Amino acid sequence: MKRVLSGLLFIVLAATLIVSCGGTGGASKGVEFIMGNGAEPQTLDPSKIQGVPEHHIYMALFEGLVGYDPKTSLATPGLAESWTVNPAGDQITFKLRKANWSDGTKITAQTVVDSWIRTLDPATASEYAYMVTMVIKGSNEFNTGKAGKESVAIRAVDDSTFQCDLLGPMPYAVDMMAHYAFAVLPMHVINAKGDDWIKKENFVSNGPFKLLEWKPQESLIVVKNDKYWNSKNVALTKITFLPIDDNLTAYNKYKAGEMDWDSGVPLDLIDEVKLRPDYQVSPQVATYYYIFNMTRKPFTDVRVRKALAMALDMQELVDKVTKGGQLATSSMVPTMAGYTPAKGVTFNVEEARKLLAEAGFPGGKGFPKVPVIYNTSSGHKKIAEWVQENWKKNLGIEVTLANQEWTTFLDTRSNAHDFFIARAGWVGDYLDPNTFLDMFIIGSGNNDGLYANTEYDALVKKAATMKPGAERMAVLQQAEALLITKDQAVIPFYHYVSQDMIDLTKWQGWYPNPLGAHEWKTIAPKK
Amino acid sequence: MSRFIVRRVLSIIPTLLVIVTLSFFLIRLAPGGPFSREKKLPPEIMANIMHKYHMDEPMLSQYFRYVGDVLQFDLGPSFRYKDHSVNDLIGTAFPVSIMLGTMALALAVLLGTSVGIVSALKQNKWQDYAAMSVAVLGISIPLFVIGPILMLVFALKLKWLPTSGWISSRAGWMTVILPAITLMMPYFAYIARMSRGSIIEVLRSDYVRTARAKGLKESVVIRKHVLKGAMLPVVSYLGPAFSGIITGSVVVEQIFVVPGIGRIFVQSALNRDYTVIMGEVIVYSIILIVANFVVDILYGLLDPRISYN
Repeated sequence: MKRVLSGLLFIVLAATLIVSCGGTGGASKGVEFIMGNGAEPQTLDPSKIQGVPEHHIYMALFEGLVGYDPKTSLATPGLAESWTVNPAGDQITFKLRKANWSDGTKITAQTVVDSWIRTLDPATASEYAYMVTMVIKGSNEFNTGKAGKESVAIRAVDDSTFQCDLLGPMPYAVDMMAHYAFAVLPMHVINAKGDDWIKKENFVSNGPFKLLEWKPQESLIVVKNDKYWNSKNVALTKITFLPIDDNLTAYNKYKAGEMDWDSGVPLDLIDEVKLRPDYQVSPQVATYYYIFNMTRKPFTDVRVRKALAMALDMQELVDKVTKGGQLATSSMVPTMAGYTPAKGVTFNVEEARKLLAEAGFPGGKGFPKVPVIYNTSSGHKKIAEWVQENWKKNLGIEVTLANQEWTTFLDTRSNAHDFFIARAGWVGDYLDPNTFLDMFIIGSGNNDGLYANTEYDALVKKAATMKPGAERMAVLQQAEALLITKDQAVIPFYHYVSQDMIDLTKWQGWYPNPLGAHEWKTIAPKK
Repeated sequence: MSRFIVRRVLSIIPTLLVIVTLSFFLIRLAPGGPFSREKKLPPEIMANIMHKYHMDEPMLSQYFRYVGDVLQFDLGPSFRYKDHSVNDLIGTAFPVSIMLGTMALALAVLLGTSVGIVSALKQNKWQDYAAMSVAVLGISIPLFVIGPILMLVFALKLKWLPTSGWISSRAGWMTVILPAITLMMPYFAYIARMSRGSIIEVLRSDYVRTARAKGLKESVVIRKHVLKGAMLPVVSYLGPAFSGIITGSVVVEQIFVVPGIGRIFVQSALNRDYTVIMGEVIVYSIILIVANFVVDILYGLLDPRISYN
């Protein structure tokens, strides 16, 4: 027995030795970068992607007509070296630069036309096609099967000139076009290989990197694309994206030096994390808020809604509960260039009690014990408990808390509208107040609280067709004031911040920005 | 014996069909679906998607389409991971879980029986108490506590091992050690306790007394008579243990970011990725059925009292 055991021990030790030698051998050339990328990417097909992890990978592999400015998130030249907007503001003409796919095939204006048509084609079943239908004339008709592809008002004027007609003068249209819904696709491969174009052996890209390998749930590796028009300015030679859902595991990996950038931090360790010099926090175009179900008593009464909003001190929430640098707010829309958000109610317990009494619930008496629903997460739970405690302390009303697993929660809140008060968060798709306001119009699929105010709808629709400028922003602000100040359809809590771990003494070209869109071509080791 | 095997193999088919049918309808009862989103899609776009995945057809025709595909070993496309078929996903992840599970189980058997033997032979001495205390800890501390503790000590503090990842990462095979040890713990503990108990029982049996009375050396008695008899419960435990270790590696795979089927299973359930859930249920069912089947056969080979005729 002893002999067998010592034999086994020897084998194990020998194997370990061989393996550990193999693991550390062979130093590689170039600059490698490893990123903790959250969830496993759902797809690499830009027509079908829809999440943040996929966006990070998209930014490495593809380049649309425009890209994101690494500091402001506004449009910068990409495949298009310049663009002009006609005087009416409803037609954009892009001048394309000379660029090729990673297999050497030339990219022309017709490639852009065919790419957008593919994304809009109902047979592609693209989820983000709606972004295109929001701005491009005739695209909704094609996407919904009411008209053929010729209805889409986009065209190749010549090989290097692409033109598109907008639904109206949409000031945010060009910025929106940095989004992957407007991606340029390798149509020559897609036409030849169909859905298999995404397989590694067929995959071609036009971004600063090309696909090397993808092991589902394990890693996705891209390497520098020498055919990229600006490849001489790309510093990284290889990027490894690691799919790690669990924030704590990712953070541990980062701390152990196994990762260069960790997108997301463990909220339970925020006290430790925020003391680190490599913790990067920056305001995001995103809002955390609670929705009232406007059709259910007692929330049909604006005095009740206002009382509940006034009884919460959002500054206390961000200082003592969330603690990650979030920005307390009373507005739905975050501050954006040229836009001053409408102000909601401020923390005022006296006034809140008065309003509640006027609504028939003096000292909270007779107020029904309604549930607050949120999706399961320790962060949302802490916030809900703080809300519960403050409403009890300040207004004398009791609410219950009910957490639901994400998909169930979405079904309850968004499909069945079966709630009184529900947690919500909204991340802007582009830098314009409209992305926060058009969801509250009557009939919008995202109007979960069933807010209905025709005056509000008229303002949002009016702004959609106005030319860019202060006048338009004033109309949007009026709309927000109706939603928040007058009707209190939601209670805004705070504006999110993006929370990343990256050592900026080691890396340059990575900047905090409002949309969290980080261009890989600018990231480089610090000299 | 052969008739028994044929009968058992044939019984797998109706069992699987019942499992597939029940799962197919049960998962569709869960609220939401694979395309539930925070930002709700316009109805026309939703219709395009439902049509693409045949989800606009009546439930029964979806069911028959699915069963038809499964019979041709096609588990369908993943609703979530759109670039992969379920066959691809499980095909890549399954060997990982099998490898991790096999290593953990081999370690558990090796260490568990060794500790069990030492404990039994040194019954009620300090070696016994020490070993059994470790075993109690192994059974009672959940994996989601053991895993992070091991990670904290060996990866973050001592920096001997990588925190997480799998073989293709920079750290190579070193990544296997922590997840294998974590996954092994409860099985090791159980096997140690079980083999200790069973050896003590066999030591007191008549045939061991006879062997000793015949004047055999103690080491021969232990090796030839005690261990062979005492290993029977351990062997019968291997079947459920193997299926349990494969199907139960969910937590460990999540903690150590191991790209196995457990991780995909959790994600698919949360995402309502119907086809992946179904594929995993089928794979898990096959593992359970086959493992039990193999144990039944092994049992017959080891214990002459069991007959299949």
